[in-house]
Amino acid sequence: MACISPDGKPTESGSKMLRALKTGLKSPEEISNEAGLPLFRVRSGLRELTEAGLAKQKGDKYELSEEGAKLIK
Amino acid sequence: MEEIKEQTGHMPRIGEPAPDFEAVTTHGKLKLEDFKGSWLILFSHPADFTPVCTTEFIAFTEIHPELQKRGVELLGLSVDSVSSHIAWARNVEEKTKVKIPFPIIADLNKEVSMDYGMIHPGQSKTETVRCVFIIDPNQIIRTILYYPLTTGRNMDEILRIIDALQTTDKNAVATPANWRPGDMVVVPPPNTQEMAEERLKQGYECVDWYLCKKKI
Repeated sequence: MACISPDGKPTESGSKMLRALKTGLKSPEEISNEAGLPLFRVRSGLRELTEAGLAKQKGDKYELSEEGAKLIK
Repeated sequence: MEEIKEQTGHMPRIGEPAPDFEAVTTHGKLKLEDFKGSWLILFSHPADFTPVCTTEFIAFTEIHPELQKRGVELLGLSVDSVSSHIAWARNVEEKTKVKIPFPIIADLNKEVSMDYGMIHPGQSKTETVRCVFIIDPNQIIRTILYYPLTTGRNMDEILRIIDALQTTDKNAVATPANWRPGDMVVVPPPNTQEMAEERLKQGYECVDWYLCKKKI
């Protein structure tokens, strides 16, 4: 897992992506620009964050889940 | 013949969609579709902790900024484990101060290697040869290079091919032998006699109607 550590906590890149989602619904491209991560990393990371219940997909965009929002408070 | 096919897997071709994959890498689990919209260089190496491969990884890292400027991502592959890749990358950084910035597929079950025809049993039945697949933003294979185990790749040529493909796509032209950015490009050959005659009046630099060059 590149965005979630084995202990279930987000990695540095996972945290960057979650922080980028803090301001609302974002596309992978917007997250990539804001987090300074390559788009391919963001796309795979979003799959992980979604599977871990930290982010939610809405159409082509993503937002924080309640769980994700708690983590980056 | 069947035995050879079983050992080599599918042989992809230029102009075909790149075979899909989902693979464990040093940057997590990646799918081919994650690279959609970017150019991608997928390359294989025989094994971690080997001399020629180490020089190649340093060289790929050196051209990485130039590739990024051209919208190209790099993705390495060998049949080693992800732990081996991590240990090797850390060793390269410790010994040479070069930090490998791109992901490397750990293709332990040879799934991706077989789909991309990276195993050449005449060279090695267990390792991948030095393959380079240049895949465009629509995920079509645009160039395939194969190098033997003993010959390290030429990074200038890889950059030159990227420049040539991107120039071709942007300007609907071809590039002549040994072309470099800034050189004249080849105007596509005419399809009719009328077009051939018109071509000679268009101010191109022509050897004859079928070989005309222009500046872009």
